[in-house]
Amino acid sequence: MKAKVHVTLKNGVLDPQGKAIEHTLGSLGFKGVKQARQGKFIELDLAETDADKARAQVDEMCKKLLANTVIENYTIDIEG
Amino acid sequence: MKACVIVFPASNCDRDMKVALERSLGSPVDMVWHRETDLSGYDLVTIPGGFSYGDYLRCGAMAARSPIMAEVVKHAQRGAPVLGICNGFQVLCESGLLPGVLMRNAHLKFICKDVSLKVENANTIFTSGYSSGEVVTYPVAHHDGNYFTDAETLKAIEGNGQVAFRYVNNPNGSINDIAGVLNKAGNVLGMMPHPERLVDPLLGGIDGKPMFDGLVKSLAA
Repeated sequence: MKAKVHVTLKNGVLDPQGKAIEHTLGSLGFKGVKQARQGKFIELDLAETDADKARAQVDEMCKKLLANTVIENYTIDIEG
Repeated sequence: MKACVIVFPASNCDRDMKVALERSLGSPVDMVWHRETDLSGYDLVTIPGGFSYGDYLRCGAMAARSPIMAEVVKHAQRGAPVLGICNGFQVLCESGLLPGVLMRNAHLKFICKDVSLKVENANTIFTSGYSSGEVVTYPVAHHDGNYFTDAETLKAIEGNGQVAFRYVNNPNGSINDIAGVLNKAGNVLGMMPHPERLVDPLLGGIDGKPMFDGLVKSLAA
């Protein structure tokens, strides 16, 4: 099965890359972008066939490597 | 005293660190490849600057999970000294040996220049060659040197005297102008600026030399 992991900066953590995106969108004429936050998307192809076990595995992967929980949050989507 | 420099793929300040240590120590310093699993012969372990694993995922993230780092963590937990400079600082934060994290510089630019630093705490094994409040000049060369911690951690590290160096003019957005930070026990130091690049007048100055002289003296005592 596939796991899709989104890693995003926690609220309140300065995101200079998001700010730069926001400013550039504004200068391209896209009005009304109140905020841009940049994150990461990681797709994993897993041998595991049980969704709950897969989620538990990926959660462990996020804690140990994929996210730095000092500054980042993560979400996991498991697809059959 | 026996010292070593840990080498990761794309470390690039490893030889500078070796030379700086050897100058102060007067004996050879070993290079230890990241796949090694034994640090039992060493008193001092250092992690050099560079761009280990191409800064993939996050700076220092991959290196912090390499086989040798489990031994570095054990070495530090025994109370033995560990020094990380630049990428080494990022690796130490990622490994959990130091609090906080190094983020992209606030202005998004790679910075390569000399900066003035205030020695905030000279009462450590790493900074005993200086006096508290002394201002020194070290080079910085980094894209991700913006030190950050949550408010609670920041309060703790400030209260415990864990800030070793502070920028006089903050170049990268680091919280509280922090350039170098210690663990609570004081045996692990991480810093973004490069003392190892200023240990010979030929390189433009010797402001970094007292750090290595002081460290060798502290560890010999």
